[in-house]
Amino acid sequence: MKKETDDKNAFERVQIARDAERPYTNDLLETIFSDFQEIHGDRRYADDPAVVCGFAKIDDYEVAVIGQQKGRDINSRRHRNFAMPKPEGYRKALRMMKLAEKFGRPVITLIDTPGAYPGIDAEERGQAEAIAFNLREMANLKVPTIVVVLGEGGSGGALAIGVGDRVLMLENSVYSVITPEGCAAILWKDAAQAPRAAESLKLTAANLLDLGLVDEIVTESEDWKIDASTSQSGGEVDNSKFEKAANELKKAILQNLKQLEKMPFEKRMDERYKKFRNMGKFIC
Amino acid sequence: MSWFRRKDPKLEGQTTDEERKVKTEGIFVKCPECSEPLYKADLKESQQVCTNCDYHFRFSARDRLATLFDDGEFELLDEEVSSADPLDFVDSKPYKDRIEQAKKSSGLPEAIISGKGRVGGHTVFAGAMDMSFIGGSMGSAVGEKITRLIERALHENGAVVIFAASGGARMQEGTLSLMQMAKISAALAKLHEAGLPFISVLTDPTTGGVTASFAMLGDVNIGEPKALIGFAGPRVIEQTIRQKLPKGFQRSEFLLEHGMLDMVVDRREMRQTIIRTLNFMMNDATVRRKK
Ligand SMILES: [Zn+2]
Repeated sequence: MKKETDDKNAFERVQIARDAERPYTNDLLETIFSDFQEIHGDRRYADDPAVVCGFAKIDDYEVAVIGQQKGRDINSRRHRNFAMPKPEGYRKALRMMKLAEKFGRPVITLIDTPGAYPGIDAEERGQAEAIAFNLREMANLKVPTIVVVLGEGGSGGALAIGVGDRVLMLENSVYSVITPEGCAAILWKDAAQAPRAAESLKLTAANLLDLGLVDEIVTESEDWKIDASTSQSGGEVDNSKFEKAANELKKAILQNLKQLEKMPFEKRMDERYKKFRNMGKFIC
Repeated sequence: MSWFRRKDPKLEGQTTDEERKVKTEGIFVKCPECSEPLYKADLKESQQVCTNCDYHFRFSARDRLATLFDDGEFELLDEEVSSADPLDFVDSKPYKDRIEQAKKSSGLPEAIISGKGRVGGHTVFAGAMDMSFIGGSMGSAVGEKITRLIERALHENGAVVIFAASGGARMQEGTLSLMQMAKISAALAKLHEAGLPFISVLTDPTTGGVTASFAMLGDVNIGEPKALIGFAGPRVIEQTIRQKLPKGFQRSEFLLEHGMLDMVVDRREMRQTIIRTLNFMMNDATVRRKK
């Protein structure tokens, strides 16, 4: 855990966070996690491929993993809906959390979404309610919960799986209330002002650590990437370099799991509440 | 990037802010829905609802609380909590100036006011948002005021009622605004555990991070007639899916039909409906047992 260096500006980090070579949820399930068993469906309406949920192992821990999933080619992107979950995705995520709570297993969530899907069907099925309900239920989830922002932390659509005892951010991930393009279009009436908006929004891991909104930054080595060309052609992917790079994240998750496991239940719940309770800067 | 075009033609069934605002000059106001000229004195009497067609004009936060509490009496809370400029944010003007201007033009200290009083004899902690303060947007100060309101209700075994009116999170406070959604929802989780009521009233408009947090977490969710309620704004959706939205989409009646609201209530019936609901929900025996 060390603070990122200032060698990249905010918008460069936004672009890195969105890059097709960026490791996604499934890439981590194949490296730092093992024995993954996916589960499907929200038992209300459908299964949402933009959210991946299941049981996995990390070292000797049985954990629940919930992650937003992007695609690397046009078909998989469409299939994953560009990692923009619909209400059923958030409801599936909550089902996974409740299963973890029932069986006393920690929850690890992996955030990587441009935002919750803005569409007619999503609104009809209660996108706002699905997000809101997850916020309330996660605040009160009885098992240790670790949140990792992998790439894009897109507003409420990210936060809906983002309330936990520990919030970690990868060095080049971003977490924002609105996309820089959206912000620029509204405030400067010009989407080309996105780099300026990115700077103003203070959305980098270092910014958010300073503001007290996240707990820890996980450094990325230069091998924190997936060879997109190999994975696209369906050929054998050589993950060995990435596996080494991903070890940093694995260590960070394990270290936090060990700390949380040792904490008395009441203290852990109390600290989670206080952490979010104290977020915000105002005059009084 | 074209999905935020501001000069879009009006969406069907939508009225502009200008049309919604009660004109302050003269003694007449023209109803934007039925074009009937209305006496301002009559409108005040009818809580800014058209006496001809029941169109709901915008209603100020102060009027909301005054028409909710018994005899219009309540104690204002946390008035000293107001917005800072934690990110030194500057768009077309500095955020600091925007805050000062909003205070002057709205006569409000923040985009929400909150108070304690009695409603049908029950102890109630109520908040009302106001669109005239930076579009009713939620920043750190709004989040803090709502969280304190909920914590006070927890401490004093009271109920919480919030009238939402908001364009969403306040961009000028970046991720700090976003986190207010989690902060308030965490406080509501405690209220829920304690067996205390939260009644959410969604008024025109309630969108974005406010809808996707406390406004949808009521033990009952009440909408005002024809209020625009949604997660994504209609323009963003149109630009994403590239087709016209169906008539009545994201209006209260649409949400009622899709199971997201418990009732759509005329503003003139709101206080009585809330009292009826509190009579069911306020149960000392439950609260004692849970504590
Ligand atoms: Zn009328």
